[in-house]
Amino acid sequence: MEGIRVPVTWAATAALILCGLVAATLLLNDRRDEMGVEGWGAARTGFDRVAAPAGGVVSAPVRWTGGAFGYVADYWDAVGENRRLKRRLRDMEKLRAEVVALRDVNQRYASLLRLRTDPPAAMVAARVVLDARGPSSTTRLANAGTEKRIRPGHPVLSEHGLVGRVAGVTRGASRVLLLTDPASRTPVLIDRTNARAILTGDGGPNPRLEFLRGTAPAREGDAILTSGDGGVFPRGLPVGVAVKGVDGVWRARLYSDRAPIDYVRVLLFDDFSRLVNQRALVDGVPAVIAPPAQPAAPPAAARPQSQGASAAAARPRPAPRPAARPAARPAPRPAPAGPAQPERPSYRAVGPTAP
Amino acid sequence: MSRGYSGQLGGGFGSGSRLGGPSRAARPLNPVAWLVLPALAAALITFLLGVPLRIAGFGLPEPVLPVGLAFAWALIRPSAFAPVVLLLLGLFLDLLWGAPLGLWPLSLLLAYGGVAFARPLMAGQGYAATWAWYVATVAVALGAAYLFTTLDARVRPHIWAVLSQALVTALLYPLVARLIDQFEDVDPRFR
Repeated sequence: MEGIRVPVTWAATAALILCGLVAATLLLNDRRDEMGVEGWGAARTGFDRVAAPAGGVVSAPVRWTGGAFGYVADYWDAVGENRRLKRRLRDMEKLRAEVVALRDVNQRYASLLRLRTDPPAAMVAARVVLDARGPSSTTRLANAGTEKRIRPGHPVLSEHGLVGRVAGVTRGASRVLLLTDPASRTPVLIDRTNARAILTGDGGPNPRLEFLRGTAPAREGDAILTSGDGGVFPRGLPVGVAVKGVDGVWRARLYSDRAPIDYVRVLLFDDFSRLVNQRALVDGVPAVIAPPAQPAAPPAAARPQSQGASAAAARPRPAPRPAARPAARPAPRPAPAGPAQPERPSYRAVGPTAP
Repeated sequence: MSRGYSGQLGGGFGSGSRLGGPSRAARPLNPVAWLVLPALAAALITFLLGVPLRIAGFGLPEPVLPVGLAFAWALIRPSAFAPVVLLLLGLFLDLLWGAPLGLWPLSLLLAYGGVAFARPLMAGQGYAATWAWYVATVAVALGAAYLFTTLDARVRPHIWAVLSQALVTALLYPLVARLIDQFEDVDPRFR
């Protein structure tokens, strides 16, 4: 009996060491944080392609049950919800007039400043079929992929705000890296102070606001938006509100945590570096994209206020810088509290495609 | 269940002595029964717990089930097949959860190796003491995952998220104890 124990023990030890070496090699060569199909790897895309339909099957009963509960719950709260909606409708009616006026002013400023806005971006709706919530990785698997023109890097939103970005994609499935994932870094700004920060996930529910500079750059409840710096995300996507953690670190309470993320919208936003002619940038060709059309003559009433801008427009202007973002901030100012923040991003969304 | 593992857990990786126990004829320990089926069950349950369900604002728990298998397999007997299954299970977790490839295999194998080497120390321990050893194993596995995540992402994971996952995993010990009870006496050569 002792004769067989020693070889088995040695074989077990050798297998353990060998498997440990394989695992360590895999970990050292991992390129998960690199954007692109190559970084995500064939093993992951293959797994996701199989897991997405299977996840859709196992999550279907949950979806049906949730729908049934919601159907019944709607009756229980019908009166209260009716009152709340009427109250909100009154508030919205007031805001609508303001929005129309502001849109008119905004268009006039954009014309006068020859402002270059972000290109229009279409959206694709997808359903979340699997969910990872651990401290080492917080990702979700959505059931739309390359067939819907989704690519790595595309921002992902819920009806409340930014959820994350696509980290890997294959046919029929996209892996969404959430804002809370330790590998997630998102350039954001505090809407009130325009202070920049990097939203850094740590596996917890409230990611950290790092590299926040300046005197009192944030206050409790300040709205946080994407800054558009770096070009991965468009500017002005609602992210959350600023809160101070017990450790004294500024964090973001995410809008996307307000409700379950059943359905998401993938914004088919290609950042500026993908749109421009890279060779022209390297060669120093100044004009990369044709400037917008000259604005129509401003109305007489607007001329006194816009003299400076008109004079500036009349001067010879240097070629536009492709990487520059608009100086004005067309982004909305989402209220720091309240249910179902209406999403009014600065990009021009074309509209969702059916999943 | 108050029965311990008294005097039956000898012969770890670093041990050359047997600590005794009742003499029984060796029965074949079917690898499918004690390795493959529990691994498949753990993978299936982990997959089902990945369903995006929220009840009262809380998602489903996300225990690291293979840590329990690593603990049980190392206690039952040394095996050359167990590390391979753990490697595959860890890769499954990485792919399912979108973690860096190799993170969970390495964490699970570290926990398995630790238990295998400490196996002689666990001889003669009662149910509660073995549960304490299991909690230590969970701490080793999740501590390793914490360390690797910190090195990989250059950010320390949220400690409460780690502790909540460790707590859920540690509470699974009754299932782990059932697996150990089922197979620890099957092969008396490694008691």
